[in-house]
Amino acid sequence: MAIEPRKPPSQLLPRLQRALGGSAGWSGFVVQLLFVAALAWIAYEIVANARANLQAQRITAGFGFMANTAGFDVNQYLIPYSNSDSYTRVFLVGLLNTLLVSVIGIFFATLIGFLVALGRLSPNWLLSRIAGGYVELVRNLPLLFQILFWYLAVLAALPNPRQSISIFDSLFLSNRGLVIPKPIGEPGFEPFVFALLIALVAAIVLWRYSRRQLFQSGRVIKVWPYALGMIIGLPLLTTLIFGAPVKFEVPVLKGFNFAGGSRVIPEFVALTLALSTYTGAFIAEIVRAGILSVHKGQMEAGSSLGLQRGSVLRLIVIPQAMRVILPPLTNQYLNLTKNSSLAVAIGYPDLVSVFAGTTLSQTGQAIEIIGVTMGVYLLISLVTSAIMSFYGWRISRSMG
Amino acid sequence: MKSVSLVLTLAVAAGLSVQAASAQTLKTVKDRGLLSCGVGQGLPGFSSPDDKGNWTGLDVDVCRAVAAAIFNDPTKVKFVPLSAKDRFTALQSGEIDVLSRNTTWTLSRDTSLGANFTGVTYYDGQGFMVKKSLKVNSALELNSASVCVQQGTTTEQNLADYFKGNNMKYEVIAFGTNDEAVKAYESGRCDVFTTDVSGLYADRLKLANPADHVVLPEVISKEPLGPMVRHGDDQWFDIVKWTLFAMVTAEELGITQKNVDEMAKSDKPEMKRVFGTDGNLGEQLGLTKDWVSRIVKAVGNYGEAFDRNVGAGSKLGIARGLNALWNKGGIQYAPPIR
Repeated sequence: MAIEPRKPPSQLLPRLQRALGGSAGWSGFVVQLLFVAALAWIAYEIVANARANLQAQRITAGFGFMANTAGFDVNQYLIPYSNSDSYTRVFLVGLLNTLLVSVIGIFFATLIGFLVALGRLSPNWLLSRIAGGYVELVRNLPLLFQILFWYLAVLAALPNPRQSISIFDSLFLSNRGLVIPKPIGEPGFEPFVFALLIALVAAIVLWRYSRRQLFQSGRVIKVWPYALGMIIGLPLLTTLIFGAPVKFEVPVLKGFNFAGGSRVIPEFVALTLALSTYTGAFIAEIVRAGILSVHKGQMEAGSSLGLQRGSVLRLIVIPQAMRVILPPLTNQYLNLTKNSSLAVAIGYPDLVSVFAGTTLSQTGQAIEIIGVTMGVYLLISLVTSAIMSFYGWRISRSMG
Repeated sequence: MKSVSLVLTLAVAAGLSVQAASAQTLKTVKDRGLLSCGVGQGLPGFSSPDDKGNWTGLDVDVCRAVAAAIFNDPTKVKFVPLSAKDRFTALQSGEIDVLSRNTTWTLSRDTSLGANFTGVTYYDGQGFMVKKSLKVNSALELNSASVCVQQGTTTEQNLADYFKGNNMKYEVIAFGTNDEAVKAYESGRCDVFTTDVSGLYADRLKLANPADHVVLPEVISKEPLGPMVRHGDDQWFDIVKWTLFAMVTAEELGITQKNVDEMAKSDKPEMKRVFGTDGNLGEQLGLTKDWVSRIVKAVGNYGEAFDRNVGAGSKLGIARGLNALWNKGGIQYAPPIR
């Protein structure tokens, strides 16, 4: 007699039950539902209460003000801005300034962090002590104090514009910042860029070809002379045909300041310096911890293969250390971005300064502006986290 | 600074119901036994603490006068130092009862902040300070200059309007607090420092060599400075408004801190109304009959307060100018107390 194979009972319902209610089953689900409902109710009450009371006191609410004319100036903008633009424009100007200082700060902080960590682990006694001293000094002083120190130190050391330090009469350094010649596109600009792009792509293709040859047949092809020749030669050729790609607008002293040229303001320099040296000290410790977490047998194995110390670190140790380094490193990146809001102390026009500062006090719409500002920082942080998680996922995948 | 505004904002969001429900500011203040008064963070002549923590200044005296009118004791004030950008939020959230912090009266502030101006304690205007060594005699010679300014004030907009209107270029560097802006100006980051003229005189005293700096003659804006109270409590609005009027009226009638007791015995009908020996004007405000003599005993009349804090009797030495009484060439004027 054939035995009918019994169909296993459907797992769908119990699974759903567990997913929604945890170990307590359906009753747990009800509790959770009530909890979420309570949270939603509280949130609704806060919003409704604030709205009703703002109306009762006739405090203007809503985002209508964003279209109004700002009427004030900002001394660093990455997109064109004048005082007849709207508050929306001010918001974008501030946001871009925050992103600029964050991205450049993160770049230098990472660089400083890795260099100092390697220095601290180096067998060279002096180097490791200097790196250790740097970390202990910088991470134990308040950041605001360091920002003010760099700002006032940078300013105090520099002369006024009339006595500025000039380099070849085209770069000028003074307490108004670094003024450099500004490139202005000429008719030859587009062919120049086009040629440069073609040369770069060709160089990359060539390099990949040589790598493949190296791995497949062990043949070493020297590609860099060809690549360099192309990268310099092609654009040069277009210059000969179409004329110079850019002309430089050289800054000249006119009245109180330099006219023409581009300028890096001292507030930006001071803030970037302070943020990257401060965060760099923390990153150095994170990187050191990561490297030390890799078993020392790995280092010895690398050395016994005949690799140099640098290559061992680069090819063997750091890729494994990255798994440990990445999560706390992400935290430091987020901290740096958030700390950039201390800019207001030295007059760097970041988001908090121009939007949550000047715009807020001109319009008085605190709830909207602080809300938006918090939302923006949250968004920047989430995006940074997402990018770092993606990077971490790629690393773990490549290591299997 | 940021955390303060954040906390205050949340307080506004969550706590406004408390304020709206209890519009009885006078009762709240009496129950608390203290007047909570928002002042500046240290502007000599207007609001600054001395080395013992005692606050002095014209704005401070307005707070003391209100406290004297309520409690007959000018010391029953809690001073809350506020930055320019946190001041309105502090008033909206109910952290302070009066904002007396050299705040310019403008239409948009009067309408959109949920607060009202009660009067003008000081008629000011925005000006410029430069180093003498620059040999600048007029603000019209400031083309291409770098200008330091405190952010979150009407100053930034006036500055933009003035330079635009005169076809001049400039660079603005806006700082979170006044002290930071002054420090940057002193370090040479800017050629010019701009704020209200009274503030320029006050800040010049803080510089290492005040004599090396000069205030330019141009006054580029109207800056009537005055106290503010929250919307929704007209009685409280009246009390703060008439406290200032009482000080001005006292000067007009020649009532001073010294002779106030003498004058109170006067038989003149006008004096009797002011001192409350006839009628109950003070009680109509929710105060006592002797409210004017309480105020004058505590801080003196408007002229005395002016001289002591910013005028001839102070380090600032600012002339009365627009702030003289209406019958002495100025525009300080109080509606009659009757």
